[in-house]
Amino acid sequence: MSAVDVVPRLRPGVKRSYDEVRRCHVVLFPEGVLVLNETAAAVVGLCDGRNSVRDIAARLAAEFDGVRVADVVELVGRLAERRVVELRG
Amino acid sequence: MAEPPFGLLAELTHRCPLSCGYCSNPVELVRREAELGTARWCEVFDQARALGVLQVHLSGGEPLARGDLPELVEHAAGLGCYVNLVTSGLGLTARRLADLAARGVDHVQLSVQDARPGEADLIAGARAFDHKLAAAGLVRELGLPLTVNAVLHRLNLDRVDGIIALAERMGAQRLELANTQYYGWALRNRAALLPRPDQLARAAEVVAAARERLAGRMELVHVVADYHEAHPKPCMHGWGARQLTVAPDGDVLPCPAAGVIPDLGVENVRDRPLADIWHHSRAFNAFRGFDWMREPCRGCPRKELDFGGCRCQAFQLTGDAANTDPVCSLSPHRAEVDRVLALEPEPAAPVRRGFGR
Repeated sequence: MSAVDVVPRLRPGVKRSYDEVRRCHVVLFPEGVLVLNETAAAVVGLCDGRNSVRDIAARLAAEFDGVRVADVVELVGRLAERRVVELRG
Repeated sequence: MAEPPFGLLAELTHRCPLSCGYCSNPVELVRREAELGTARWCEVFDQARALGVLQVHLSGGEPLARGDLPELVEHAAGLGCYVNLVTSGLGLTARRLADLAARGVDHVQLSVQDARPGEADLIAGARAFDHKLAAAGLVRELGLPLTVNAVLHRLNLDRVDGIIALAERMGAQRLELANTQYYGWALRNRAALLPRPDQLARAAEVVAAARERLAGRMELVHVVADYHEAHPKPCMHGWGARQLTVAPDGDVLPCPAAGVIPDLGVENVRDRPLADIWHHSRAFNAFRGFDWMREPCRGCPRKELDFGGCRCQAFQLTGDAANTDPVCSLSPHRAEVDRVLALEPEPAAPVRRGFGR
């Protein structure tokens, strides 16, 4: 299966939030806090267990300039490594 | 100005139904009469959130010993904080946990003492094992994520495989296998707790194999025994860098053990706003960044990785908190750690944690 077909979703216990103090999007999870830039926040917002990485890239491309599928693959991989999302086929 | 902290360790109370000899709480425990009240803790959470805290670890002692825990959970969660309940599981009923979950607990961290009931209860000093199994069941039924935490030492290290199996049976998403760090009661009981090198080597193999077998199901976090390592741990990711601790009496500390360092200038939430303490107090600036460092840390490239190790350990083992953590092989005080490791193991049982008379 290709990396663009995996379907990421937030792990149980992971919460998205906006931090008024740092003025940025964050994800909160048992191990810690991840500060997100605008694109990463948009990707995390689409990790709902329905969109594949390909879908997420397509949705983002409609919103932001210069979105590359490879970048989304890489970002989702890093989120999985940090145990923010889990991946299903 | 320092970056704002992400985490607050709120030691709500030092009261605890267990009396584990490896407890990292200070040997001089804070008594109930000196604990902050409900309104003051809520103020602490308000100030912590305004300062940048996003994660609140409700700990102790046993946080369930506080009758106002539901209000405290609700307040911290209401501020948008991620609320982690760090508990022994004793006193956790279905009704209590459902209430706490409804008020905003996001995650539960449950301690276990050993793989088998007899040995576990001996360490805990209470009939705790069955309560813990029941508590894990309640957490699972509510669908809350569960981390199981086991402190490892000479008396349970040979059963690390059984502890891993226990955490699986409990349905943990995550298991922290933390070798004892020697602070507070653990330092007092060091001779009874220090593992043998062969125990550590075998346990490391078991953990590595389990990590592979459990990949994708349960995450294994292995905190190594730093006395046996060549380099120190990156303690707290640097002094006053990411997290702060508020003790039961309102003392604000860069780490839970920092009270041992004399003349640190520890301040209290009753006297000064939390943000002021974080940014401007002497205690929080004492070892912040790299300027306080001496050689061999000052010129060492590893300082970016380990921040010179642990200030409390430097004080405890060398008498000066500004020295390099003596577990470092580059420290001129490493011989003290080697001396401790070479001592004959103490056959006596650890002294139980508790309030003095």
